[in-house]
Amino acid sequence: MIHHDVADSPSAPPDDDALHALRLDVRRFLQRCIRDGVFEPQLDGWLTGFSREFSKLLAEQGWVGMTIPKRYGGAGRSYVERFVVAEELLAAGAPVTAHWANERQFAPQLLRIGTEEQRQRFLPAIARAEVVFVVGLSEPDSGSDLASIRCRAVPTDGGWLLSGQKIWTTAAHHGDYMIVLCRTSMEEDRHDGMSQLIVDLRAPGVEIRPIAGLNGEAEFCEVFFDDVFVPDADVLGDVGEGWRQALAELNYERSGPDRYMSTFPLLTRYAASADLSDPHVAARVGDVIAQMASMRSLALGVVEASEAGVDFGVDAALAKDAGTTFEQDSLDLLREAGLPESDAVLRRLFDAATLAAPTFTLRGGTNEILRTITAKELLA
Amino acid sequence: MSHRSELEEVVDGFLTSHCGPDVVRAAERGGAGALWDAVEELGWTLPTLPEADGGSDASFADACAIIRLAGRHAAPLPLGETALIAAWMLHTAGLPVPRGPMTIAPVRGDESIGARREGERWVLSGRAGAVPWAPEASTIVVLADGPGDERLVAAVPAASVRRADAANLAGEPRADLDVTGVEVAPEAVAPAAAFVDRDAVLARGALVRAVLMLGALERIQDLTVEYAKDRRQFGRPIGRFQAVGHHVAQIARDVALARAAVESAIDATSDDGAPPVVEIAIAKTMCGRAAGSVAKRAHQVHGAIGVTEEYALQLLTRRVWAWRDEFGSEFDWARRLAATATITDAGMWELISSTRPARLDREPVAS
Repeated sequence: MIHHDVADSPSAPPDDDALHALRLDVRRFLQRCIRDGVFEPQLDGWLTGFSREFSKLLAEQGWVGMTIPKRYGGAGRSYVERFVVAEELLAAGAPVTAHWANERQFAPQLLRIGTEEQRQRFLPAIARAEVVFVVGLSEPDSGSDLASIRCRAVPTDGGWLLSGQKIWTTAAHHGDYMIVLCRTSMEEDRHDGMSQLIVDLRAPGVEIRPIAGLNGEAEFCEVFFDDVFVPDADVLGDVGEGWRQALAELNYERSGPDRYMSTFPLLTRYAASADLSDPHVAARVGDVIAQMASMRSLALGVVEASEAGVDFGVDAALAKDAGTTFEQDSLDLLREAGLPESDAVLRRLFDAATLAAPTFTLRGGTNEILRTITAKELLA
Repeated sequence: MSHRSELEEVVDGFLTSHCGPDVVRAAERGGAGALWDAVEELGWTLPTLPEADGGSDASFADACAIIRLAGRHAAPLPLGETALIAAWMLHTAGLPVPRGPMTIAPVRGDESIGARREGERWVLSGRAGAVPWAPEASTIVVLADGPGDERLVAAVPAASVRRADAANLAGEPRADLDVTGVEVAPEAVAPAAAFVDRDAVLARGALVRAVLMLGALERIQDLTVEYAKDRRQFGRPIGRFQAVGHHVAQIARDVALARAAVESAIDATSDDGAPPVVEIAIAKTMCGRAAGSVAKRAHQVHGAIGVTEEYALQLLTRRVWAWRDEFGSEFDWARRLAATATITDAGMWELISSTRPARLDREPVAS
């Protein structure tokens, strides 16, 4: 296992005033963008708001690749600063899918386990928002039981030949590279013998088919690999360590503000127009505020734990269960408080949230799997 | 579990040996015993006061750590009322802080107590309902409306006040007080500090209840984990069944949220100013929610043994149910929160993003 050296550690967080100044910069920038029609606030902007142009615009402000060290072209900022930028983007409903997974998972992962050559090849491009990574985990017969994957790479001259299929891959049809979890050998313990490969999605033998969702949008894809050549230089981390690497990456994926802010543009619009003199309405709006503030406090605790280098798998599982359960419940809270019939924008957001809600508690690991992880740890 | 300080280890050890379930049960039947004196001797009743004023010079966070452990052990003592409210009101008004258990009045938002001068002495008037621990307190610290707009703090000897004793559903003493005609010596009355008003006292009360609830909820989680590991059915521990394991996971989830909210409120509070109403409202709301969901799941996992007198779970669940409604329920505080959000499009986010997150010095669950 390759560990990142001290020089690559994100810098210490700045004081509260500096953080607040950063927050206001981002907030004002996004308000200007909305006013100028650069984007329209949307739900799930981190998942369904794919815009390379907008991600590049953010990169020009220094708000992409935030924790990437300066020598790799990043901003060299702390995780807490990255968190502040991320939550402002989500609160505004900005379209950030094009760089979201890069920022959340791949840049930290490259810094942890990537080779020097990989870092130099990919990190500057990530910081400029010029490259899009997607994550290939699920397969048709391997959802929650991820360790049963059958995608397989066999050694060949100078690299590997990859065959198999991935499914439910977010934004694969927009992506440049996929981090593919696959089998590279058969071992007694099925958690061994897996590796992660960085696969060029334009390589010969790759076929991508978008899958239409119940809302009519194609947010995810199935991806087929037919003897796709992957050079040795594009193995991520260590051969045989794929399972543990993927789990570590999932912890990063599970613990961010995107896990409780999916419905936020709807909630804030509701609160802005709600009749708060009605005690039933006020109680529910207050409940939303209390829950979200607590989720945020919990998520920041996980950021801190991840930065301190301790195992935060259970914290991440708890946080994601809490956050996504809240996202679904928040729609019920608004229904109970009473939805106004006259607000067309609110209705559009509410309908979009209703259609997206089933996936809140599925994506990134079902809540049942997360609870099983927690229960195993607590009851061990 | 959270990282523990040396103080927490000592307090937990003391309460484990001196405040077990039998002591709690005896207190519910009216026999508090000598527990207060022992705790006072250890310096845990007025932790945040300077040593010169009878305190222990401890931080506010340390004081809350003691209260949290008192909640964990269902300690039959008014530690929160004494340390975090009564002593704070007296000390910030420049009054001496007496020894002995204290409580405060009034504790309901719609009640008030008046004070008028008669010669040298002050004379009080009014009633206060459901005053916690009044039957066992030696001093009742009253926030009174004086002549004009003046707010006064008065240290009233409990023996001088007429009481109708009662108890909450956890068997903790409560009393309705009638202070009409009670005389108070001039040296025991002073103008309240600028930031000590009725809202501030109620907010401090809500914080005390939230901290107690967090301690009790953490214990409920521990008891449930132990039970799910020990109890066997169908030839294996019931925790191995996924349905039971998921109850345990959701208990941990809801307790973690309550912990984040309470720690954030503690961090935001200082003795030198008004209580942080937003953070406290969030903490009381989240503990109230958890009191419902966590107690329900804990009892479900425990089955029938959990509702028996002899098993410790009920000592804790009855307390979180009682504390949930004291100093404002989660509905009261949620409404209050909504009222603090300005009615602009950005209002809710400005409020949430300006709340203080918990101080991040704890170890993660899986450490």
